[in-house]
Amino acid sequence: MSLDRSQTLELFSRMLRIRKFEEAIIAYNPVGHLSIGQEAAIGGACIALRVDDYVTGTHRSHGHPIGKGAEIKPLMAEIFGKRTGICKGLGGSMHLTDPSCGVIAESAIVGGGFPIATGAGLSIQVRGTDQVSLCFFGDGATNQGTFSESVNMAAVWKLPVIYFCENNGYAVTTSVAKSHGQPEIARRADGFGIPGVVVDGQDAEAVYAVTMEAVERARSGGGPTLIEAKTYRFDEHSNRLAIPIEYRSKEEISYYRRERDPIILYREVLVSRGLSAEVERIEAEVAAIIEEAVAFARESPDPEMGDLWDCMFSNPINMQPFEGQD
Amino acid sequence: MSNSTQKLTYLQAIVEAQREEMRRDERVILMGEDIAVYGAQSLFDEFDEKRLRNTPISENSFVGVGVGAALTGLRPIVDLTIASFCYLASDQIINQAAKLRFMTGAQLKVPLVVRASTFYNNRTAAQHADRPYPLFMNTPGLKVLAPATASDAKGLLKAAIRDDDPVIFFEDITLWSKKEEVSTDENLLVPIGKAAIKRQGSDLTIVSIAGCLPHALSAAEALEREGIRAEVIDLRTIVPMDKETILTSVAKTGRLVIVDNSHKVGSVASEIAAVVCEEGFESLRKPIQRVAAPMVHVPYNGALEKQLFASKDRILSAVRAIV
Repeated sequence: MSLDRSQTLELFSRMLRIRKFEEAIIAYNPVGHLSIGQEAAIGGACIALRVDDYVTGTHRSHGHPIGKGAEIKPLMAEIFGKRTGICKGLGGSMHLTDPSCGVIAESAIVGGGFPIATGAGLSIQVRGTDQVSLCFFGDGATNQGTFSESVNMAAVWKLPVIYFCENNGYAVTTSVAKSHGQPEIARRADGFGIPGVVVDGQDAEAVYAVTMEAVERARSGGGPTLIEAKTYRFDEHSNRLAIPIEYRSKEEISYYRRERDPIILYREVLVSRGLSAEVERIEAEVAAIIEEAVAFARESPDPEMGDLWDCMFSNPINMQPFEGQD
Repeated sequence: MSNSTQKLTYLQAIVEAQREEMRRDERVILMGEDIAVYGAQSLFDEFDEKRLRNTPISENSFVGVGVGAALTGLRPIVDLTIASFCYLASDQIINQAAKLRFMTGAQLKVPLVVRASTFYNNRTAAQHADRPYPLFMNTPGLKVLAPATASDAKGLLKAAIRDDDPVIFFEDITLWSKKEEVSTDENLLVPIGKAAIKRQGSDLTIVSIAGCLPHALSAAEALEREGIRAEVIDLRTIVPMDKETILTSVAKTGRLVIVDNSHKVGSVASEIAAVVCEEGFESLRKPIQRVAAPMVHVPYNGALEKQLFASKDRILSAVRAIV
């Protein structure tokens, strides 16, 4: 199970799009929770999926639709709160949902995505397709009841779900060591009778390999897998958030930035395979895509009050005029 | 349209609604705790177990599983059994089901039905006896139903299953065993958002919610013997509320008693009273009366419990204050 040349380049391109998308957010519209440092975990997992496979995300979820191949402009416009945004400017940074590429929900309630991803798995099983559902979540989310409840249901019913933990070491400022009775998250799989795997989340191709194995198990009726990708968040919990305590050392952060940057690491791998020219071409392409997306987002109009009512109900039976509408 | 009927209890009507919709649409599935034992036994004889899921005791997650299934092409019915369990599932109902269409700019729809039984007047004590309609009435994005007859239970549940939005369907257990002739027409739906006038009158309006209806009708009969003609409206749908039927009736009668077994503060009755004050104030000849549950918890003792909820006598006292 290894990626061919064009897949490796696509993987690098998606990782770089995530990085540059978020660098543009820092520069032009500093909102939200950034995944910088976690791109190999996101990209490596998504490249193992088909476009019709489902993904659920989290509050830290700009990368998930990008990793799944979503168009960048509507995502950037959504960050800017514009009507041309993927969610018409009504969802924003924590809800970049793009069902056209399988991203069905991003939950700003930590752990809210577990049941939804599990339900997508149930739907696949009832409809009898060979899709899979992949649930992204962080180390903190495993302490929510929905983790245990949902993984258990997927195990009981052998649902085609991959539970993919981006373990970046900290739930806001609380470390895994200080919030988990048993800090090896992958071992929690034993409690549900499913496979649990640990992978280096800074190694994009290693992440791809373990995810692909889980995807094949799920597609063939073998049920769910828990993957723990050990990764690191380079920035603060959220943009512009001042944290008055040193909950992680400056040395730790600079070590990861210097030695464990997934973009630098994967770039070196591709260059060592003689792909320098392709890498440079992708770097230029991604810079242009992001620049165009920022311009598009800036020029786009704001949503209107009427859009709020239009988006409330599919079948607004007997609802006119709506409460609160003039 | 077929004119045939069958005599069904309120609870049997709910099972028949599910059977008909599961036959009609293979995307309809049913989930809940112990559904193979309670409520849906006969469905297990007819349908593939893939579509009937006995769930572990994980209310928040199995409602969320329903949300995820609804987002991806199914039309799940999730039976929460006892309405007090809504609180466990409220994150998935309120933060996910109700908000996902809106937050995604209408890219998604959530055709989910959550069934919840209000287990009051049954000596189940405070943690099983809630009637939490107001919580969900105050959540934009949900449709909230509370039928009071077997025909309406069947027709509204079928409409809810076919609706593309999340619906909370409250079943009133004080009505479960009440029988009536129910149409066998599988396409007969009761429209969501329409109240029913159960008895015509010109002297006062009684608006009844869910299991209050039999008490409201007995009170109206008693009043009739005194020459007072009460109009009785069964609200049937809490959201979207049929304001027009209520306002039209109050314009005629000038007097309003609202009977609601939810707790009085911020109740469905409160909302109806507010709507009538805002939009029908000139019609009122006397102050609006609310017969609702007081702000105490439901006691285990049955004699005390009974006094919290609607009865013919409590409704008559409220009427006496304004006629």
